Amino acid sequence: MKINWFKYSSPQTFYPLAGKMIPWFAWLATILAIAGLYISFVIAPTDFQQGEAYRIIFVHVPAAWMSMVIYIVMAAWAGLGLALNARLSAMMAQALAPTGAIFTLLALVTGSLWGKPMWGAWWVWDARLTSELILLFLYLGFIALQSSIDDPRRADRAGALLALVGVVNVPIIYFSVKWWNTLHQGSSINMGAAPKMAATMLLGMLLMALAFWMYTVAVGLMRVRCIMLERERSADWVKALSLGAK
Amino acid sequence: MAIKARHKRFVLIGIGLALVGLAAMLILNAFQSNMVFFYTPTQVDKGEVPKNTGFRIGGLVVPGSLKRGGDGLSVSFVITDTAKTVPVIYKGVLPDLFKEGKGVVAQGKVGADGIFMASEVLAKHDENYMPPEAAEALKRAKEQGKTLVMPAK
Repeated sequence: MKINWFKYSSPQTFYPLAGKMIPWFAWLATILAIAGLYISFVIAPTDFQQGEAYRIIFVHVPAAWMSMVIYIVMAAWAGLGLALNARLSAMMAQALAPTGAIFTLLALVTGSLWGKPMWGAWWVWDARLTSELILLFLYLGFIALQSSIDDPRRADRAGALLALVGVVNVPIIYFSVKWWNTLHQGSSINMGAAPKMAATMLLGMLLMALAFWMYTVAVGLMRVRCIMLERERSADWVKALSLGAK
Repeated sequence: MAIKARHKRFVLIGIGLALVGLAAMLILNAFQSNMVFFYTPTQVDKGEVPKNTGFRIGGLVVPGSLKRGGDGLSVSFVITDTAKTVPVIYKGVLPDLFKEGKGVVAQGKVGADGIFMASEVLAKHDENYMPPEAAEALKRAKEQGKTLVMPAK
């Protein structure tokens, strides 16, 4: 059996599909978050150096991961929209940007709260922190640029260019702790090497990362549904929908 | 012909991304020396640090080198990168994670006597996370295996 994926590339058919998928992802996010938080704050042992303060990693690290992953996905959707002139792709990019910005801010704020007691400074201008801050500005710039242009097609194109150019920053964030001397520690989890943390801590962190991931999908789909209705408000299918809802 | 235009846009985007990536690589390469957050004691020894201005120095605190002054605020310790060492004097509160044998980053200037006068001391945390019992077991295993060699001065 061959599934025709292009069928779902039109807002009209994707709108009900997204509606059906949202509860699944929302429930997965809730269950994973409850399990993750329980392991993180009840089961996971205290750290030998940092005591209880290390528990910030259960939010900080998944948030930082998501900030980078969401940016790449957002830029990929934007690029796809630019190349194929596809409306839905651009809408997906637009829907992901606020969630990405929130996770970036969350990573910066939690890191700062941890940095003061542990490092002795709220903020330092090292390569990791600075490049993550630039990521926040990229998200905000993308959102601002898109909303400042009235014509949605032109807004999509301008936003896509910004998003694509900004992709350069993501590997810089990721490898910054390897390439340069930074105050920020290196990564505890590397490809092809044993993780440098206890198994329960790792489990808690991965569950939280999965929960954030599911949350992102659920919220992204909710937002893209709103964007679809807003942009296609004069289309027949939206009119039929609003009549049917009454 | 629509498919052809579509392919052309994909190629253009690909070329654009490659060019931006290349430009970023060249820029970062050119700024290599400015991207480091701190210098190592070896670089200080070789004179590869900014003259006449403050900079940051990073490394491990040599075990046993931490001395507290009579006023209860000033401390002195030695930073090493296991090759070279730099003595540091600091007046202020040390962060929680500051420990002998652990990473540290100090901001300040080198005085005429070769002593680094720090105005700010930050603890550099490592990427290892484990429960205290595991750390204790690791330590014991290490002690039985071989004694820690103090870095040569």
